[in-house]
Amino acid sequence: MNTPENLKYSKTHEWVKDMGDGKFEIGLTDYAQSELSDLVFVNLPEIGDDVTADEVCADVESVKAASDVYSPVTGKVAEVNEELIDAPQSINSDPYSAWLFRAEDVTDTEELMDAAAYNELVAKEKQ
Amino acid sequence: MSKKTPLYETHVKLGGKIVEFGGWLLPVQYPTGIPAEHMAVRTKCGLFDVSHMGEIVLTGPDSLGVLNHMMTNDFTDMKIGQARYSPMCNEAGGTVDDLIVYKRGGNDYFIVVNAANKDKDYRWMCNHKFGDVELVDASDEYAQLALQGPLAEDILSKVVSGESDIPTANYSAEFDREIQGIPCIISRTGYTGEDGFEIYCPADSAVAMWDLLMEAGKDEGLIPCGLGARDTLRLEAAMPLYGHEMNDSISPKEAGLGIFVKMDKPDFIGKAAIAYRGVPTVKRAGLKVIGRGIIREEQEIYKEGASVSDEPVGVTTSGTFCPYFRESLAMARLPRDLAEPGTKLEVNVRGRMVPVEVVKLPFYRRAK
Repeated sequence: MNTPENLKYSKTHEWVKDMGDGKFEIGLTDYAQSELSDLVFVNLPEIGDDVTADEVCADVESVKAASDVYSPVTGKVAEVNEELIDAPQSINSDPYSAWLFRAEDVTDTEELMDAAAYNELVAKEKQ
Repeated sequence: MSKKTPLYETHVKLGGKIVEFGGWLLPVQYPTGIPAEHMAVRTKCGLFDVSHMGEIVLTGPDSLGVLNHMMTNDFTDMKIGQARYSPMCNEAGGTVDDLIVYKRGGNDYFIVVNAANKDKDYRWMCNHKFGDVELVDASDEYAQLALQGPLAEDILSKVVSGESDIPTANYSAEFDREIQGIPCIISRTGYTGEDGFEIYCPADSAVAMWDLLMEAGKDEGLIPCGLGARDTLRLEAAMPLYGHEMNDSISPKEAGLGIFVKMDKPDFIGKAAIAYRGVPTVKRAGLKVIGRGIIREEQEIYKEGASVSDEPVGVTTSGTFCPYFRESLAMARLPRDLAEPGTKLEVNVRGRMVPVEVVKLPFYRRAK
């Protein structure tokens, strides 16, 4: 399992990248994509939507099931990755490039973990 | 406690993702994933462990009479070696189960039923049998492997002793055969919409049978397939699944299985109720998503332009993303007048209305 050191992680298996310009990029972790298996559909938020930390902001579907994506931050959706609409499988093949959306005006984040803490969480879940 | 088939350890070793289904622990998929497993069956071949299915043996001089009384199909003209699909109804015309009956000998029938219904079916059959017959639940003795796909016959022909071991007609079977010393029944049946075989063998030979088939098919691209692909394949082929398209209250006619209900034969359980119910007001229909989204089972269907405060007009019974068409397809219960191909409807997918169109069933039919 791949867990880049430069990202932060939520307990619901999203990653967050601080882009340094006030925006935060959000995607699904390698562990999340492997548990979800082949993704065939993404339902993204829209630009301008308010998202709230720890609340559902998007959903992804595999052949078998739909799964909610929780926002790790509270803020406003600045950009969405529309390329995913036609290529949801890129979340499986390259989870840390396949960002779902970028948030701005972020006022709050949930308690995010560093890579080491996230790896520990995953190890526990696998048991 | 969920049961394990004789191949449980094999599935775990292959990296199968184990889930509970009908009281059994089975792989929903292997690391290859559902789309790849699905496409292997459509283009090459896949091997499924379907040992969870139940086997009930009916013997005795009154077997045919009992079958014709308990099942909606007619078995009178059936020849030895043939297989025949049938619903089995309750007195109210609802469906107890759907199953396959093989005629193994003069008064010897081998009945294959759904795993989750096996105990219910066996009780039902025991309670409704009459005359001189014997019913035996032989489910624990048998494992069942399904070899499915256009290359299934090529692969099977490598392991049988002779061509005569391979049943030629669809829905026929060869009994008392051996594959490399393992006794088996070889049946030309399946639940995928492709050509293929279902092979019944003693439970303690299941691993050996699995291994020799996998070995025989390795150059043909044979891969192990799980329940996930089994479900997407049968849905694409518009084959009904008990508990979805039919259940104890839905009649086979409402489930689009009218051709397996022989109203012209003498009395059978459920006949009076089915006659009384008349032409069903609902129909099993196919839906294709034309907007964005994936429809699943048990989602409410609305007329075009309706809002969620309106009354739904129907409900989906099965739905998924189908890897062959790369589309979201579903089967649904709809009023007859809304079940015409081309009708535009909407499905409430977790609060979001997704536009769909009624399409003709089956979605997929293999080229002959």
